[in-house]
Amino acid sequence: MELRLTVNGAQVSGDVEPRTLLVHHLRTALGLTGTKVGCDTSSCGACTVLLDGRSVKSCTVLAVQADGCEVTTIEGLADGDELHPLQAAFHDHHALQCGYCTPGMIMAAVSLLRERRPLDDAAVRRGLEGNLCRCTGYRGIVEAVLAVAASEDARPGAAGAAVAR
Amino acid sequence: MIPAPFAYERAASVEDAVARLARHGEDAKVLAGGHSLIPLLRLRFARPSVLVDIGRVPGLDGVRDDGELSIGAMTRYCDVEASPLVAEHAPLLAAAAAEVGDEQVRHRGTIGGSICHGDPASDVAAALLALGATVVVRGPGGERRIALEEFFVGFLETAIARDEILVEVRVPVTSAPWAFEKFNRRAQDWAIVGCAVLAGSEPRVALVNMATTPRRAPLVEEALARGASAREAADLASEGTEPPSDANASAQFRRHLASVLVRRALERASR
Repeated sequence: MELRLTVNGAQVSGDVEPRTLLVHHLRTALGLTGTKVGCDTSSCGACTVLLDGRSVKSCTVLAVQADGCEVTTIEGLADGDELHPLQAAFHDHHALQCGYCTPGMIMAAVSLLRERRPLDDAAVRRGLEGNLCRCTGYRGIVEAVLAVAASEDARPGAAGAAVAR
Repeated sequence: MIPAPFAYERAASVEDAVARLARHGEDAKVLAGGHSLIPLLRLRFARPSVLVDIGRVPGLDGVRDDGELSIGAMTRYCDVEASPLVAEHAPLLAAAAAEVGDEQVRHRGTIGGSICHGDPASDVAAALLALGATVVVRGPGGERRIALEEFFVGFLETAIARDEILVEVRVPVTSAPWAFEKFNRRAQDWAIVGCAVLAGSEPRVALVNMATTPRRAPLVEEALARGASAREAADLASEGTEPPSDANASAQFRRHLASVLVRRALERASR
């Protein structure tokens, strides 16, 4: 059936089989392979994208369910050559080892930073419990998210601004 | 894991959804948030030939207060969790919703979908049993109300007819003390056992994953009504239950957990 999406700000349309999962549509039809397939059972979070601004596991969403919606993937975060603050923070805090969980981890963190304040260590860990890092590099990940939260909180009125774009 | 092929229809209204279900009969399944159904489709445990998506039906989501809490079937877990009305009038439900899966799952999964899936391991179902909730379903013959306890009839089996849609969950408002306890081994997992307690003059206790359906613990409630202590009452938690044995826990361990969790919940609710 006909499917229209806004993906990373661009309107795309195409024909999909109803059984197509959103993650496969993004990767195969649209070539956005930053979003990973991990466990394939809505446990690991590697396939996390934003659907109308909220984190979802795109292996458990039919592409047709997203018809007319806005999808943001990891490819949609950076502003040209300028990394998104969370991407920069992951770099600064060594929040990735093999990197496979990273796109999903960052998309989940974007959603978390928008929705939940204040954030402390426990709240970040709880907020990211849907994302598994098989390298177990959680400490750097939590530090990176907290660093972005702190830098935004330090700018009154701007909370969530950087991650909202 | 790709689902078997199916036709996809998007319902415009509850009436439209009901008509489509009536037309397709046994071959159709209702799609709400999809967080119970899509995993089953992918494993091909479910192979419906038609999915009727109610995700765009207007008026099926949100929480209202009309003397009771009226929660639309398509209300997502995260919105139940964040609702000021739920926080004020049924905080037990908010706590249970916050325990479901993880943030991503709570962004998609719906309260109505969870209830219609009929999973004995549903956190929200146990909370709603303790709260004395009723569900409203609509079919070709009109609307009917079903007490949640009568809605769950077997493993993944409910009293809803093939051509009916769950439209609303009704929850009596309460200010009674409450507690929700969940035991699992990994973050985001289903409960190995859980328990919801609504204390007060007529205490209600419900169990997660201790039978083929979410269920109450009537002997615990009776003991409490007689004035038994939390410990004495909790010892009866597993009486009459049929907990599963699986990779996570034996039935015997689940019985033990039920007593421990019920005792903890009763003590916490009485503080």
